[in-house]
Amino acid sequence: MVATRVGSNRFDAAAARARCLAFRRRILDISQQVSALHIGSAYSCTEIVDCVYYGLMRRNADGSSPDTFLMSKGHGCMIQYVILEDLGVLSRADLDAYCTPEGRLGVHPDYGNPGIAAATGSLGHGLSMVCGMALAEKGRKTDGRIYTVLSDGEVQEGSTWEATMMASSLGLDNIVAFIDNNDFQSLGRTSETHPSFYPVVDKFRAFGWETVEVAGHDSQALFEAVSGATGGKPLMVVAKTTKGKGVSYMENVPIWHYRSPSKEEYRRAIEELEAAR
Amino acid sequence: MRNTFSETLYREATENPDIYVVVADISPAGSMAKFSTQYPERFINVGVAEQSMIGICAGLALKGCQPFAYTIATFSLYRPFEMVRDDLCYQNLPVTVVGMGAGVIYSTLGGTHHTMEDIAIAGALPNMQIVAPCDPAECTEATRWCARQKNGPVYLRIGKAGEPILTKDAEPWRFGRLRYLRRGSDVCILFYGVIGKLAQALAEHLAGQGKSVSLVSAHTVKPLDRDGVIEALQRHRHVIVIEENVPQGGLAPQTKQLAWDVKATCRLDCFTLQDRFIHNYGSHDDLLAAHGLGLDRIVQAVG
Repeated sequence: MVATRVGSNRFDAAAARARCLAFRRRILDISQQVSALHIGSAYSCTEIVDCVYYGLMRRNADGSSPDTFLMSKGHGCMIQYVILEDLGVLSRADLDAYCTPEGRLGVHPDYGNPGIAAATGSLGHGLSMVCGMALAEKGRKTDGRIYTVLSDGEVQEGSTWEATMMASSLGLDNIVAFIDNNDFQSLGRTSETHPSFYPVVDKFRAFGWETVEVAGHDSQALFEAVSGATGGKPLMVVAKTTKGKGVSYMENVPIWHYRSPSKEEYRRAIEELEAAR
Repeated sequence: MRNTFSETLYREATENPDIYVVVADISPAGSMAKFSTQYPERFINVGVAEQSMIGICAGLALKGCQPFAYTIATFSLYRPFEMVRDDLCYQNLPVTVVGMGAGVIYSTLGGTHHTMEDIAIAGALPNMQIVAPCDPAECTEATRWCARQKNGPVYLRIGKAGEPILTKDAEPWRFGRLRYLRRGSDVCILFYGVIGKLAQALAEHLAGQGKSVSLVSAHTVKPLDRDGVIEALQRHRHVIVIEENVPQGGLAPQTKQLAWDVKATCRLDCFTLQDRFIHNYGSHDDLLAAHGLGLDRIVQAVG
């Protein structure tokens, strides 16, 4: 597939839709190699990560970018892997060797692998590292933006709030963060675990961030939420998403946080994705 | 020692625009105030938010900077431990975590402010290096090294204030090498950090008894100069280890292990903090003595 021109003011939503279907399909195929891969978590943020890579991050002629993407919700990195494969940063062989002794890709992103900005997997680490990166860009007077995706469960970590406070106190308006607000964590609904946490967007606004709420599977809306931001503050995009989005039996069913589909489940999922084309 | 650290860091920062210091609400004493005034964009105070302090340092280092995280030792290592492990050690980033006032130096503040097991904890982390200078002059060498190295993370364990100069006649400082402050042939005293004052007092006492004494700063606790320790075990009839760390995980057990490995025949005595929390208050010396690290007790024990 061909990437849309990045760094422009236009975003081809139809192309994004086609890409995201193909990415879900690719993840399904890889799921048959392993017993677990956080498929629901990857489907939840598919449009978000696609929008970051194909719509928001600028790209130099050599394929490099002055911008950075850090997957704070490391367990969702399968979508990042398949996008990096599509961009030619990771190879097909890399993904074929996922979670094997011959390969270098595991269930969480590992620093040192191509295209991976930081090792994550333990929640609540990403946003502080993002702050440090954004600070370094400011210090060098470069205009690199740092993009990140947090899970809604991750926002329960106290360290996330330390970083939230730091980003606004330091005036890091070169940070664009997304919350993959799918309302699920391992043990059930996030809104039932912490009802007082809602509405999420108010909390970040109170901490000095520019905030916007958006439908998290609407690629065009995601793009416009960022490209239309006022600026001058770190930006938090609270994206309402569905865990397991795209495969009906996975949607909002906690077990798909982690497990891989059986052969029969795989066949049904492929049928659904094909029908959606 | 903390002033020496700050002054050295300030000087290094003057030459290297990639040096940042990220502090957690620690008073900007001495040259730290100068740093914050001169380079406000590279002096970051996170407030009481130590996890963020380490994460921000990691992010800076991931972009090629050379950051220092600076606060009281308990709060630079224990509070944000998982950030130290995952963000710094796992990613092997050249960040210096400064543990100021380590050991039981904060002798009136109680156990919440004591780092009795920092060497064991930092030493257990893959990729982590540990440097513990014994006096302000050695702190200058260590800080300069930390500011220029790209190996990976360092835990720089320093004292607070008022440490005497011990290294006036010492050999040059080299990372990863034992440093003889004086050379003898009978007894060798191995130590690191600000407990050097006690080690030196013991050396003088033993010299007064007519013994030929080596006094050795094992400032690089990790990676330990194993060959140097083995040589010390083989060249002296009696080796004494003194350290301000719990009995496990520090210089003492490593020295014992090396002695076993090479079948050393020397006498070996180790003096460490005890494996218990104490609820005593007083001077630093008072607390060390309460742990059994007093000159009289050691003199008695080593005969």
